[in-house]
Amino acid sequence: MPDFIMSYLGIKDAVTPGAAGSQFWALVYVFIIFAGVSVAVMAMNWLERKALAHFQIRLGPMRVGPHGLLQPIADAIKLMLKEDIIPAEADQFVFWVAPLIGLLAAFTVYTVIPFGPSQAVSDMNIGILFMLGVSSLGVLGIVVAGWASNSHYPLIGALRSSAQMVSYEVAMGLAVVSAILMTSLNATGTGTLSMIGIVQAQQQQGVWFIFKFFPLGLIALGIFAIAMIAETNRAPFDMAEAESELTAGYHTEYSGLRWSLFMLAEYAAMIAVSSIAVALWLGGWMRPFPNLLNAPAWDFIFSLFPALTFFGLAAIAIIGVVRMPAHSFFKIQRIGLAAFAAVLGFIALLLLVIAVAGRSADGSVAARFREGIDYVYWFVFKVAVFMYLFIWYRATWPRYRFDQLMKIGWKVMLPISLVVLIATAIVGVLVS
Amino acid sequence: MNPALNSGLNSAVNAGMAPVATPWFFYVLAGLAVISGLLVITRRNAVHSALALIVTLLAVTGLYLMLYAPFVAAVQIFVYAGGIMLLFLFVIMLVNIERSSKDRQFNRMWPVGLAAACALLALFVSAFVKGKALFPDRMISLPESSNTQQIAGMLYGEAGKMGEYTFAFEIASLLLLVAILGAVIMTKKKI
Repeated sequence: MPDFIMSYLGIKDAVTPGAAGSQFWALVYVFIIFAGVSVAVMAMNWLERKALAHFQIRLGPMRVGPHGLLQPIADAIKLMLKEDIIPAEADQFVFWVAPLIGLLAAFTVYTVIPFGPSQAVSDMNIGILFMLGVSSLGVLGIVVAGWASNSHYPLIGALRSSAQMVSYEVAMGLAVVSAILMTSLNATGTGTLSMIGIVQAQQQQGVWFIFKFFPLGLIALGIFAIAMIAETNRAPFDMAEAESELTAGYHTEYSGLRWSLFMLAEYAAMIAVSSIAVALWLGGWMRPFPNLLNAPAWDFIFSLFPALTFFGLAAIAIIGVVRMPAHSFFKIQRIGLAAFAAVLGFIALLLLVIAVAGRSADGSVAARFREGIDYVYWFVFKVAVFMYLFIWYRATWPRYRFDQLMKIGWKVMLPISLVVLIATAIVGVLVS
Repeated sequence: MNPALNSGLNSAVNAGMAPVATPWFFYVLAGLAVISGLLVITRRNAVHSALALIVTLLAVTGLYLMLYAPFVAAVQIFVYAGGIMLLFLFVIMLVNIERSSKDRQFNRMWPVGLAAACALLALFVSAFVKGKALFPDRMISLPESSNTQQIAGMLYGEAGKMGEYTFAFEIASLLLLVAILGAVIMTKKKI
């Protein structure tokens, strides 16, 4: 490959397209991330319905494709073909623009998410501030949607949502500040706000911030993890769309493609806040135990994980093929699932070949490529754990009452996060 | 000049940052700001005005980024576009829009507004004409990579010294605290 392509792909030099000033490659990255997030949202949609069903001892989607694997595609087609109703009394323009505000806010955040030391669109000096600020714009979309519908349930949902998001943003911001304080514990005493810089600070200090000043980092992550559920309006804090009280909350009047844009924005925002948590406390793109198990043999073992993951998925698909009833009705589904298993197995083989070819960290093309895959794999793996937790919370906890929600936000989370922040600052001064 | 600024300037030159910002970006952002600013004062529906104001604020954020002031841009998004505009929308939603948009506008303040706008325009024109004499001839281009650290140094001081603006900053925060306390006391009948 030509040198410049390799450098922009992060294979050659650790530099993001934003830092290199290349609009073209920045655009390529943007398209890759946009496609990746859209596919992840569809996969998450399927996984959520399946996992929730299994939590409740149901089967979940089973009809469209083997084990309902094509259900998200069927849903997407249905939503696009569905009639798009704008209520007669609604404010036409604002009704039209509201889902776009939420979507823009959710996707703009992805410009600074560090999938690797150079696998980001751009590394802004103010990365974390930018992420928190832009994701807080998402609430404008919800508020405006509730108002433009010109209907009671949407307006109440919008007011609830904005009150809740504004309240939890405070605790969230204080938890983030305590993590940023930890980045300044180096020789120069200067911290950083850049997302890549925060992960690199964890690399230099040799500890993920979740374990730093135990249990301060852990408590800060706990506060952030609770606040981010409230920020994304997910159960048990989904007061904005509490269907037993408000039909569907702020998007009651929406249908078809516009409604699906709201869903896309919600899931994209979930991935975005999860990646903030991963970058700030869980070591971002770093593999587990980068210091404790730092022998080259361990590097090799951990670089096999991407291939092993795909082999595992392929094995699950093959078990599905074997267990499928031997009736001619299931013939096409069986063939489809077998083909899916073959594709997954092929990807796994490809990853295995790359892991073996690039096992020596000598800076060759194969080694750089293997490193890049490892970075993205570990980052996405950690984010996926958070995404699974979102589903788990929804299946486990009943919805809070609104006054309980506000009480937790202001009277429990805010004081705890203030104490954690002050304690982090004191311990940091004592240590350095 | 502040030594911190000098060192930052040199590091930016050494880093060889390639600016992506072009005049094209400036004209798009400036045009967006002006057009949406006009929409703010011409729309009869207050929610439409508020939305146009958000667009103005975001366009100005883009201009701050072009001026290599990312911290100010982030604060602009956080405080104005995110926080204050949300409160604006909150208040406007509780107003009966249908009635208020049909009401005749009764304030007669446009001569004062026109005078203020003319004064501002005169200031801008004079700054444009006499800019060379008023401002240092060397344009200070702050490096994007150390902007936040420099602001922190000015506000909180660095290496044991008090910062240039520490006192003013602390006084301003005291003022805000007093304002918050005042708001609480005025809304609560009994404390």
